[in-house]
Amino acid sequence: MLTALSGAVSQGLLWGVAVLGVFITYKLLDIPDLTADGSLALGGCVCAAVIVNMGMDPMFALLCSFAAGAVAGGVTGLLHTRFEIPAILAGILTMTSLWSINLRIMGKSNVPLLKCDTIFSRLSDLTGLSQSTVTLLAGVVIAGVTIAIMYWFFGTEIGSALRATGNNEQMIRALGVNTKTTKLIALMLSNGLIGLAGGLICQSQKYADIGMGTGAIVIGLAAIVIGEVLGQLMPGKLRSFSSRLISAVAGSIVYFLIRAVVLQMGMDANDMKVLSAIIVALALAIPVGMRRSRQRREYTKGGEA
Amino acid sequence: MLTLSHVSKTFNRGTINEHMALDDVSLHLEPGDFTTVIGGNGAGKSTLLNMVAGVYPLDHGTITLDGTDISRLPEHARARYLGRVFQDPMLGTAADMQIDENLALANRRGRRRGLTWGLPKGEDEEYVSRLAELGLGLENRLGDKVGLLSGGQRQALTLLMATLTEPKLLLLDEHTAALDPKTAAKVLELTDKIVDEHHLTTIMVTHNMNDAIHLGNRLIMMHEGNVIYDVRDEEKAALTVGDLLQKFEEVSGGELANDRMLLS
Ligand SMILES: Nc1ncnc2c1ncn2[C@@H]1O[C@H](COP(=O)(O)OP(=O)(O)OP(=O)(O)O)[C@@H](O)[C@H]1O
Ligand SMILES: [Mg+2]
Repeated sequence: MLTALSGAVSQGLLWGVAVLGVFITYKLLDIPDLTADGSLALGGCVCAAVIVNMGMDPMFALLCSFAAGAVAGGVTGLLHTRFEIPAILAGILTMTSLWSINLRIMGKSNVPLLKCDTIFSRLSDLTGLSQSTVTLLAGVVIAGVTIAIMYWFFGTEIGSALRATGNNEQMIRALGVNTKTTKLIALMLSNGLIGLAGGLICQSQKYADIGMGTGAIVIGLAAIVIGEVLGQLMPGKLRSFSSRLISAVAGSIVYFLIRAVVLQMGMDANDMKVLSAIIVALALAIPVGMRRSRQRREYTKGGEA
Repeated sequence: MLTLSHVSKTFNRGTINEHMALDDVSLHLEPGDFTTVIGGNGAGKSTLLNMVAGVYPLDHGTITLDGTDISRLPEHARARYLGRVFQDPMLGTAADMQIDENLALANRRGRRRGLTWGLPKGEDEEYVSRLAELGLGLENRLGDKVGLLSGGQRQALTLLMATLTEPKLLLLDEHTAALDPKTAAKVLELTDKIVDEHHLTTIMVTHNMNDAIHLGNRLIMMHEGNVIYDVRDEEKAALTVGDLLQKFEEVSGGELANDRMLLS
């Protein structure tokens, strides 16, 4: 049980990188980007192909995963900004075509890494720690570094312009920012991170599968909303940007812990997707319900106060 | 300073909704001109400002600003020359960002944005002193989200943001119309003060004839996509609301001026 839970935490940390990618589009840009499912699988497939078929370094493979994801995000971005296709549709188009592309990249629907080196096996050889401990520690470092870089980037001039684009597009255009460019950058960065997560997941599970990205967007949303609930439970209601990023990764960890527990309890792994969707729907619905009931309670006819 | 020559704009060309919003408008603004624009609903006032700002492409004509032809520049590229305040107080600021973050974004209007810190420590002092000039107490709330401010405060902030780095031209489109009379008067007073201090060339659309007469040195009236009346300096100063109403009735063929114009 304990190993299952520690495995879930590692998984949550690696997926956390993808969650941070979803956070960029969903929370900062206010674009629901469905490229995510495709770009996560793309990251995994590229990673496997680079390691197994080309025999390259696993670290380099991760770089390729990031770049491939960024390109996929760029395609969605161009479809959306240059050709004014609605963001959801642009994402669906890219995601759908990525299915075929991913199959082409791998040549088959499942590629095991078998005896190939991964960054985790390397670190394990280097430190003498077990593979699972190394994955956990590396996950903490990778998620931490990603958060730090995002915190820095979204504090810069370009990053601020990007946040403003999600907040009030007309205003930031009137202040001289080309919002087509900022959206493109955001989509590339987001899917780059999701692709990177795909590569990391591939290396940790030692295989890439054409279906590994299915439902990634829902997992990302679930993690973000769980993270927001966690943030609100914390004392002082953490609202700063860095705590929002940390909450998102924490949400990812909690999501995979829940998943591990319900799987231990005998739930079919295939039922997990409906559970994720329910979590997201509940998390989005509960605040609305709470607001309504509060309004009802606070309503007075007047006079008696 | 600003020259529009033969500017036309037709919306929805070739459909049953085809509508000529600007009909061969030519206009020249001298440096420092503070021009108020009046006219009935749908006269083309907002379209005029939007064409200058590059919100829609021109059908016809050229727009030159300070010697530069800006007719074909996209909206974001024209922003370096223009300060803009909109009718809706929500449109001019980013609600989820802090007051100082909004000001820092505005401070970089038209400049290349890079990977340096978006809100450097040193800039706060300038923002505090500029906010203090507004006299709304915002200088103590630099870290507050703009969404917490009232409509009038947001509009005053937008005005400050539009003029933080001096624009060549300030475009105000009924920027006090959504505010209560007292707040509107305050924002208008600030407008006058800022325009005066920085000698800004300004175009202000308003439905309030009194404001149109009392502010600025020039007044134009628009009707059905045309500039039908253009007065300046002493002649403008001598205008009364009655004169304007009469003028308006002349062009609209005896029809009464619309309610909004009468009431204000
Ligand atoms: N984006 C658009 N698409 C189609 N028609 C438009 C558009 N913008 C303006 N129009 C039309 O152009 C005409 C002029 O509109 P405009 O907004 O310039 O009027 P206005 O003088 O600002 O009026 P108001 O006092 O009501 O603000 C109107 O008939 C309007 O319906
Ligand atoms: Mg208008």
